[in-house]
Amino acid sequence: MEAAAGGGCGSGPSLLLSDGEQQCYSELFARCVGAASGGQGPGPAEAARVASGTASAAAGPVADLFRASQLPAETLHQITELCGAKRVGYFGPTQFYVALKLIAAAQSGLPVRIESIKCELPLPRFMMSKNDGEMRFGNPAELHGSKVQIPYLTTEKNSFKRMDDEEKQQETQSPTMSPLASPPSSPPHYQRVPLSHGYSKLRSSMEQMHPVPYEGRQPLVQPEGTSFGVSGAKPLRHQASLIRSFSVERELQDNNSNYPDEPWRITEEQREYYINQFRSLQPDPSSFISGSVAKNFFTKSKLSIPELSYIWELSDADCDGALTLPEFCAAFHLIVARKNGYPLPEGLPPTLQPEYLQAAFPKPKWECALFDSYSESMLTNQQACDLNGMETSVKDMADFPAPTQDVTGDDKQALKSTLTEALPKDVPEDPATPKDSNSLKARPRSRSYSSTSIEEAMKRGEDPPTPPPRPQKTHSRASSLDLNKVFQPSVPATKSGLLPPPPALPPRPCPSQQPEQVSEAELPPQLNRAPSQAAESSPAKKDVSYSQPPSKPIRRKFRPENQSTESQEPSTAVGGPASGATVKPHPTVQKQSSKQKKAIQTAIRKNKEANAVLARLNSELQQQLKEVHQERIALENQLEQLRPVTVL
Amino acid sequence: MENELKFHYMVHTSLDVVDEKISAMGKALVDQRELYLGLLYPTEDYKVYGYVTNSKVKFVMVVDSSNTALRDNEIRSMFRKLHNSYTDVMCNPFYNPGDRIQSRVFDNMVTSMMIQVC
Repeated sequence: MEAAAGGGCGSGPSLLLSDGEQQCYSELFARCVGAASGGQGPGPAEAARVASGTASAAAGPVADLFRASQLPAETLHQITELCGAKRVGYFGPTQFYVALKLIAAAQSGLPVRIESIKCELPLPRFMMSKNDGEMRFGNPAELHGSKVQIPYLTTEKNSFKRMDDEEKQQETQSPTMSPLASPPSSPPHYQRVPLSHGYSKLRSSMEQMHPVPYEGRQPLVQPEGTSFGVSGAKPLRHQASLIRSFSVERELQDNNSNYPDEPWRITEEQREYYINQFRSLQPDPSSFISGSVAKNFFTKSKLSIPELSYIWELSDADCDGALTLPEFCAAFHLIVARKNGYPLPEGLPPTLQPEYLQAAFPKPKWECALFDSYSESMLTNQQACDLNGMETSVKDMADFPAPTQDVTGDDKQALKSTLTEALPKDVPEDPATPKDSNSLKARPRSRSYSSTSIEEAMKRGEDPPTPPPRPQKTHSRASSLDLNKVFQPSVPATKSGLLPPPPALPPRPCPSQQPEQVSEAELPPQLNRAPSQAAESSPAKKDVSYSQPPSKPIRRKFRPENQSTESQEPSTAVGGPASGATVKPHPTVQKQSSKQKKAIQTAIRKNKEANAVLARLNSELQQQLKEVHQERIALENQLEQLRPVTVL
Repeated sequence: MENELKFHYMVHTSLDVVDEKISAMGKALVDQRELYLGLLYPTEDYKVYGYVTNSKVKFVMVVDSSNTALRDNEIRSMFRKLHNSYTDVMCNPFYNPGDRIQSRVFDNMVTSMMIQVC
């Protein structure tokens, strides 16, 4: 049937296709056509007809297929020319078959000529690349040991159609196939294979697909096996069916594969992002974010309040009105997922539960955690590229393979700086190729999370609103300067000059010699910038300032903070000359003097504004005080007048 | 629809009774007042139970009179569960007190409770 049909189209260079080849090619052709026209053609019979009929495969999927053959572009061009597609302008069945033959020839090392295809050739080999990011990987199905990955997206007309088509073919073949070919089970198995076919087109690159369903081919199924056509010895038909089953990916040794909910799993880079966000809200990783703080933060995501309310309900497991770090990560992840269109789950997915998150990602120290987690995941440049690419291609899912270095927004830059810091460290650490099992574990996640990476990007896209609040937060919470220290290590250094140990400040333990003075320096100007928040912040600061250890950078920060709010004038005045003085001893620290100056100037300006506001406030309060005094005097007079009466 | 209105009306009128009860103990400190108010008043078809939280949020439960299997301590436990779920709802920073409660968890709890009883 297929064979006959496939062999039927014979215009152009005469082709002699073996059975296996015919099947394979018609298969591929059908796929290209189907993928191009998205769900055309109803039944299996028609699909078969389409394969051999007059339909033409669109350039897109065909190009992808050719690229998957991993031949150099030049060769592909040659092939395209030779097969006649250029001449006729489209990939008809003939052209397609010729092209495939040429690809096979090229892969076997033969020159790309029409003559080459006249001889007997092995089937062309294709490494399918993922084109489209929006895939969710299901778990490896416990399917009698076959490690088929079942993606979640199930409604692909293409795939279903092909499934019928291929099932038919497989069924007809199975009698002739060796036992190797037929997997230990079952119709469901067959069905799953075609599902994966359909998805093959949908996946973005960098992953190698392996033929899955044939258990006999264990070596092929290994992630290390990069090419299908390894077994020359096997019957061609076998190969054909294998090649047909391109794109199923295995998650080997996935310890976390107990949970069939990939979209709800947090990847490493997401995890770090969430951690950073947490830090921006609450510097202490082991304490919580209060409800109101979290509310403000999550409201920025522009989800509706009921949805946010529901997400909160899901993530605040202990219902205490505050979010610990794992709860926060879960909430953030849910928000990100929601923004990308995933419906909210009925219950908190197991991978998002706090115990799981804490177990999976223990957080010893902030900084170390960042780099450690990076080294765990096999984040190679690819993933980094993904990440970078995603930052810009928020809406365009198809842009994955193209990493761009466009970073917009402070947060993105900040995040990138940490990431890029981490990445170079990681790359030497993990020189292993993608064949590392860990990498497979992480990469599929990143791939399946191509959507979630977009979510990240989208979330980051929301973050540009965040920067405005942040500076305020640095006013009110000195501890948020940790953030600055992390993200802009150079800037605080340059601001060291700003640290004015104002004369009012008592034992300042050699701030100029501590690296932390960096952050201290930021404090006074930033604090002075927060007149409105001085009230709420000062009690907090005062509390901290009265706590002792000057050796601890955090505490020291609070002290200058506190006293600088009290003595703003001297601090700003002293700040000027002090900055000059203290700057000199640290020439090595100043890397960007111009930025430093600007920072100082803005700080000075803000200090002055704060001063003005506070002065006004002061005068108003003085006024009130006077009035109250007068009232008091009046009342006392009245009392005196009344007293002689009562005494008598 | 009619039933809904009827219940609304019943609950509304029972609020008066609740107020009576709280004010009756008014002089005493709030701590001494029990949260569970017991049977507010019986009608032909229904019995109405009341419960007040410390923040003066009132829960009113209307129970079918023919449901004799329902004992007082069961009602108490139901109110307690309601109270707990309500505090959970309040913990949600996105919830503004006074709004209609849209928490799925809360709804599920209430539904399960009612199913249990019926």
